[in-house]
Amino acid sequence: MIRFIIRRVLISIPVLFIIAALAFFMIKKAPGGPFAKERSAPPEILRNLEAQYGLDKPVYEQFYIYVKNALQGDLGPSFRYANWSVNDLIRSGFPVSLELGCWSLMIALLIGIPAGIIASIKPNSISDYIPMSLAMIGICLPTFVMGPLLVGVFALWLGWYNSSGWDFAYDRVLPALTLGGYYAAYVARMTRGGMLEVLSQDFIRTARAKGASSVRVIRKHALRGGLLPVISFLGPATAGLLTGSFVVETIFDIPGLGRYFVTSAFNRDYLLLMGAVMFYAILIVFMNLVVDVLQVWLNPKLRFD
Amino acid sequence: MIDLRKKLAWKTFSERTLSYSRVFSPPGLFPFCLLLFAIVSCVGCGKRTTRVEIGNREQILHLANGSEPEDLDPQITTGVTEHNIISAMIEGLVAEDPVDLHPVPGMAERWDISPDGKTYTFHLRANARWSNGDPVTAQDFVRSYHRALTPELANEYKDMFFYVVNAEKFYKQEITNFAEVGFKALDERTFQVSLNHPTSYFLSLLNHHSWFPVHIPTVEKHGNLYQRGNRWTRPENYVANGPFVLSEWKVNSVIAVKKNPFYWDADQVRLKEIRFYPLERLDTEERAFRSGQIHKTYKIPPTKIDYYKANNPDLLKQAAYLGTYFYMLNTTNVALRDKRVRQALAMSIDREAIVKNVTRGGELPAFSLVPPKTAGYTSGTTIPFDIPKAKQLLADAGYPDGKGFPKIQLLYNTLESHKTIAEAIQQMWKKNLGIDITLRNEEWKVYLDSRKLGKFDLFRYGWIADYVDPNAFLDMWVSDGGNNNSGWANKEYDELIAEAGRTIDTKARFEIFQKAEALLLDEMPIMPIYFYTTSYLLRPSVKNWNLTILDHQPYKYVYLDPESGEVQSKSE
Repeated sequence: MIRFIIRRVLISIPVLFIIAALAFFMIKKAPGGPFAKERSAPPEILRNLEAQYGLDKPVYEQFYIYVKNALQGDLGPSFRYANWSVNDLIRSGFPVSLELGCWSLMIALLIGIPAGIIASIKPNSISDYIPMSLAMIGICLPTFVMGPLLVGVFALWLGWYNSSGWDFAYDRVLPALTLGGYYAAYVARMTRGGMLEVLSQDFIRTARAKGASSVRVIRKHALRGGLLPVISFLGPATAGLLTGSFVVETIFDIPGLGRYFVTSAFNRDYLLLMGAVMFYAILIVFMNLVVDVLQVWLNPKLRFD
Repeated sequence: MIDLRKKLAWKTFSERTLSYSRVFSPPGLFPFCLLLFAIVSCVGCGKRTTRVEIGNREQILHLANGSEPEDLDPQITTGVTEHNIISAMIEGLVAEDPVDLHPVPGMAERWDISPDGKTYTFHLRANARWSNGDPVTAQDFVRSYHRALTPELANEYKDMFFYVVNAEKFYKQEITNFAEVGFKALDERTFQVSLNHPTSYFLSLLNHHSWFPVHIPTVEKHGNLYQRGNRWTRPENYVANGPFVLSEWKVNSVIAVKKNPFYWDADQVRLKEIRFYPLERLDTEERAFRSGQIHKTYKIPPTKIDYYKANNPDLLKQAAYLGTYFYMLNTTNVALRDKRVRQALAMSIDREAIVKNVTRGGELPAFSLVPPKTAGYTSGTTIPFDIPKAKQLLADAGYPDGKGFPKIQLLYNTLESHKTIAEAIQQMWKKNLGIDITLRNEEWKVYLDSRKLGKFDLFRYGWIADYVDPNAFLDMWVSDGGNNNSGWANKEYDELIAEAGRTIDTKARFEIFQKAEALLLDEMPIMPIYFYTTSYLLRPSVKNWNLTILDHQPYKYVYLDPESGEVQSKSE
């Protein structure tokens, strides 16, 4: 297993490098620079600004400097937020996104998995249709509809929560429900699919024949295999949840990481965008590795090699 | 065969697992329901006291402020959101009157103006102090302006200083000795400024944040004096001389300023704290307002204006804003090269219909470039809405009924409100002149790039004045103006603007501006459409809050009245 992990880590190094290079040269190619504004600055001001940030050097040299500094843990300055470095911004945004992500993930799993199991026990019956149509609604209702809806009911109408912000413990509830509910819908559908697949197999019938109770069959025998598709979905989904969601963060005004993926591209905030992209890429690579290890552990048909 | 076996297997299984209560007995399924129920209901007991209610009692003002500021260094920032925060903390030589923003004594308790109008001598207050206890001296201003004019800093507002003797030369490094620039510290408390020409609006300029002083020793202590990213603007380092001082900065969350005990007029300041929230989405801030989290929104979603007008007119504030929305024409374009075509296009827009049916925010239709009554100036010319004349002009230019008119394109940045205006105007030209135009939208930075490169026929543009004077709108259209990308250059116009700059007498000056504006509107490199308004929501507990033309707010006069009959969110 150690060898497997080492090999995967080594493979991911060129992957990350290619992502970095692609992102860097693509954003440089986009028209307009970080200092373009409605009140346009004269050319000599732009030159001075670019000199301050080393943007007057050739692009490949900028990339070399970026990679060199990044390897030493310095992700450079942000152009849009002049007195914060990219490290500062990630350091302040990530814990928030991480917390929101964990709550959402918990809700997604706690609602999604049981709902999927219920649906799979008697497919094409009322107990299948109800959770699955709810899941369908959950998938079809994007977070920018669900969020304001929850705010409308629980914050404005009932007055239980703040409509936005991230100051008190209960400020977590509505954003976590919005984001978690969306993922719960996917998890439910995948659980149902995975369970149906497993429940029709011979070893389940054998377990039944040996007189195992329904609870035991589901929990000891079927669940392990039935959750495999959910596990592989969860890898990238967790990386996505932990790095935050632009939509949910702006609807609820949460100071997380997710907004930087979108705003830094619009602002041509090159280094912040690079920081966000690389952070996400590393997290995805890591989560995929975790998922692969989990899959081998759960699925007896797979081995590390 | 295999299928059948699977089916059979399934049947056997399902027959034996009918009972859900067995499969999902308490340890199995229901915790999640309980959890869901618990998180939704646990806070639901009892009515919460809102942030606004607490703020009213404790004199803490909660303001939505658009977006996260770039920085809080007045010599680096350029935007309105930054100004809103910086102006709470830093006071210039003069301050603003809370009602009409005319210059009132600030750091300077009085000033003398020489008879030729070119020398201003400011007498600083004996009790003017920085928030670390240091006195504010004339030298602080000299050193601040030295920094502002040093080219390495790349101060985008350096031209605000070019009224001063030798300031432009120093910035361009034609002279290197700053002592030659027209700033002099005559003694600790006397500061003198010498201008190139008598500039009647000079004192109003001083209220622009580019003229605000900074505490140079603090800036030097926390980084390079001439580099961005200096850490002096962090809350633990910030030194201010105004009514408030920075106390907290959580990026993308909140910026808080607390009352500055060293401020010379601290007795006047009634608020203990102001908290600025960077709420970027209009609907999010409107909901935050309704749920009692903020006293004031930054803007209001246009779709909600009618609702508030009908149901809660007391909360809705609307006021004229010193800015103009217009289209810039590319005068090098084959068709638009002809002045008659430009006039025809401008004359066939029904501006009244646009503000009434499209923008709907209480805007005024713009028949000239400078908004009416800007520092007492009103344009002498108006663009008529005259379809027959427009048709005639178009026919004279060789396009009777729009026949043979080349395809032109209108460029705007991607935003729904720009799109609806563009579509309305597209319709008007089609109907009134028989001209077909196409619309193109581009993402903000791409759009700015297209402007710079002249890649447009018609360009959506908006301009907000930096100071209250017609010059703020008119001097940008001189031949080498950095924001004049229309390709239009006119010697006569340049001379008029320069002449106005040299004229002392206000009446004579405004007559020159009227001539210049008439010339501009006859040549029509730009087509004004409407004058901006600001619209926002404000709680009734906020007192002494005035609607001002630049939307500036001298916070030191503002206070909160907890007894003001605060309307609760539920009843709204």
